[in-house]
Amino acid sequence: MSTTTEQRVSTTPPKKGFTLSMLLYDQRYRSITIQVFFLFLLMLGAAWLIDNTVNNLRAQGKDFSFAFLGNPAGYDISQRPIEYNSQMTHGRAALVGLLNTLILAVMACVLATVLGVIAGVLRLSNNWIVGRLMTVYVEVFRNIPTLLWILIFGAIMTEAMPAPSAFRGDDPASSMLFNDAVAVTNRGVYVPAIMFARDLGTLTIGPVSPSISWILVIFIVAGSIWANKLLINHATRVQNATGVRPKTWWKSILILVGPLALYFFLLGAHLDYPELTGFNFSGGTHLRNSLIAMWLGLGIYTGAFVAENVRSGILAISRGQTEAAFALGLQPGKTMRLIILPQALRVIIPPLISQYLNITKNTSLGLAVGYMDLRSTLGGITINQTGRELEGMMLMMLIYLAISLTISGGMNVYNSRVKLKER
Amino acid sequence: MSNIEAHTVAYVRDTMLPEQTPPITEKGAVKWLRENLFSGWLNSVLTVLSLLVIWWALAAIGPWLLNTIWNAGSLRECREILDGTPGACFAVINDRWHQLLFGFYPSQHYWRPTLAFVLLLASLAPVLFTNLPRKLLYVSAAYPFVAYHLLWGGSIWLPVSAALGFVAGFVAFVFARRVNGLLAVFAAVLAPIFWWLFLAQPFNAGLSSVLPIGLEFVRSDRFGGFLISLVIGVTGISLSLPLGILLALGRQSDMVFVKSVCVIFIEFIRGVPLITLLFTASLLLNYFLPPGTSFDLILRVIIMVTLFAAAYMAEVIRGGLAALPRGQYEAADALGLDYWKAQRLIIMPQALKISIPGIVNTFIGLFKDTTLVVFIGLLDPIGLSNAIRADTDWNGIYWELFIFIGALFFLFCFGISRYSMYLERKLKTDHR
Repeated sequence: MSTTTEQRVSTTPPKKGFTLSMLLYDQRYRSITIQVFFLFLLMLGAAWLIDNTVNNLRAQGKDFSFAFLGNPAGYDISQRPIEYNSQMTHGRAALVGLLNTLILAVMACVLATVLGVIAGVLRLSNNWIVGRLMTVYVEVFRNIPTLLWILIFGAIMTEAMPAPSAFRGDDPASSMLFNDAVAVTNRGVYVPAIMFARDLGTLTIGPVSPSISWILVIFIVAGSIWANKLLINHATRVQNATGVRPKTWWKSILILVGPLALYFFLLGAHLDYPELTGFNFSGGTHLRNSLIAMWLGLGIYTGAFVAENVRSGILAISRGQTEAAFALGLQPGKTMRLIILPQALRVIIPPLISQYLNITKNTSLGLAVGYMDLRSTLGGITINQTGRELEGMMLMMLIYLAISLTISGGMNVYNSRVKLKER
Repeated sequence: MSNIEAHTVAYVRDTMLPEQTPPITEKGAVKWLRENLFSGWLNSVLTVLSLLVIWWALAAIGPWLLNTIWNAGSLRECREILDGTPGACFAVINDRWHQLLFGFYPSQHYWRPTLAFVLLLASLAPVLFTNLPRKLLYVSAAYPFVAYHLLWGGSIWLPVSAALGFVAGFVAFVFARRVNGLLAVFAAVLAPIFWWLFLAQPFNAGLSSVLPIGLEFVRSDRFGGFLISLVIGVTGISLSLPLGILLALGRQSDMVFVKSVCVIFIEFIRGVPLITLLFTASLLLNYFLPPGTSFDLILRVIIMVTLFAAAYMAEVIRGGLAALPRGQYEAADALGLDYWKAQRLIIMPQALKISIPGIVNTFIGLFKDTTLVVFIGLLDPIGLSNAIRADTDWNGIYWELFIFIGALFFLFCFGISRYSMYLERKLKTDHR
């Protein structure tokens, strides 16, 4: 019954020579065609832009050089983390601006993280009023532009705070906070500064000259944390071997606090309190209004976003994890610390770091309240004075890009370390 | 047995006890308070702290807000009426609301932006709510041209000729499809370009001289306030989504060259602050374009904002694409769908659904970022608040302006985020 016709089914595709139409219709070649076409268009566009730029520069009689960075800047910067005066170069001014950007970014990141974690956890609280309050905070700050918040905090600092003269007299209208340590005035906030009686002098590394005393503080803190980690690891090993965890808390405190306290004592550290002299405060550290406004504006605004990240991170951990921890007999505190947080952090950290990136980029709004960051120095006054828009903007974009790529590179490293190891 | 029990048990109740009222702590408001506000010492402390915060905020703002002056010509007049008592002076809003909304747009033409806004809502409705009749989508398609003409005015034939380009593309596509699919795509791209380059100009000029109808022309520098925020925001939002999708697809592409270009573009844009891009638009564009060309600052800003938002959008959509199980791609291949059909029918509907929260966050971020245009001299609401304060009448007024601007932004952004929640609920197809 079966068919007897011998039908050979060929399994190899018919051999065909390369024809021009295959460039369009054959999937193997089509992508090459598209890419070559795309590349051609792109190079055409780039050539057009470069040609225009060269022509325009020539027409304006400008060359393309970064030599202006070596010329005297001729303008002052109010907030100087390193030594600077108007006789120094544009390059130095840009460096001061960059440091101001970084200082502000770090301060705002810390504030945003603290506020965000508190608000995010409290928003999940079963306390009705606290939950509502945090919802209001998050929604109000998230839905109003950050620039407006910066301006609002700037206005609060300059308009609603007392003038230094209000602190004068036997019965002053305003008084300093925290036992005469902090003065909040409409010219800025004055806080005590840590001074060393026996200062170790400064170190000169290229253009900057940091204080040796403070470098040593960083080393001591880092060393203490490292030693404490060794102690904890040791305790874990003992626990694994014997089942009993040795008490470490007092040793930890000693290791973390002891060396620093000893160092401060040896160098004769003391607090320099701000004092009202004449029309203004002197002594202590002067935090200018522009810095405070930027710090509060960026920190509290971004804190609302961080709160949402924290909340969604905690909600992402399924209820079963908590139940399993309770079933193992873990107490609520330990459940949070050992079960929930390590898993939630995996969800929380990546968006948190994007928020840090946003803060760093938003520091460029400093212009609104006159904060002298990178954009106001290199991208503002320097460009206006030298007329080097092209070079100045390119350099500024490159610096911002370098900062962003560093931060996001750090995030990628972290992500690959904590990533769930799956099949 | 029962005998013994009857002897040993002295008393057995044979009637129900009358029902007792629950303890005072277990009912009504007291129970709610105990459970929600004072369930432990920590919660009690938090509750008291929150009440203190609320009380402090109300005490600080309440009297000021309640004692509001709505009618006054200047801040001095306002202060005279208040006579030393704390009070808000919202008279500035009463006096200048039209500036905050429209900028320096000619006042006899306020109906034009207003009508454009109403039409915006009408044309958004069929896009946002799928249960409305689909015919309304034609209104949405015509909206950009109508809105352009309403806002800027000038000859009516300019937007008409621009729109005719799209019609030409569509017609060419329909005719060429009968011949060849690939040819149709080329025709659909080339026909409008040909129209705009060569035919639109004479068409426009000819009809303008024969039939000069249209609204009075309004220059871009008269635009300001929320009008400018909305123009930049809405245009940026509607253009950045398709561009973002293309960038995301490019980044996922197998073509090495296309992929690397997309990656470089996205990472560059995401790595620099928007404000530097805006400064590029206002300062550097003159360098990159042929000598003598200059085009509208608002248009430059729209382009930059769109590019900026598109890069963020691309990353959000890439997240959605990555979250899609591999099987979906394979299933589309198995059905024999080509790349674009697979994207359109299988991949994108799911990927976009997953990325709705991120997309909406980008939209809200874009709308809030429109305030940055104040730095390059455009008069957005914040720029106008500075302008109003520069007037001697209202010198020194801060909070009332900030509250008004903040409240309007809150209204828009909060509205968008609520809509996204509605959309998420509606599109949810899993059974959790």
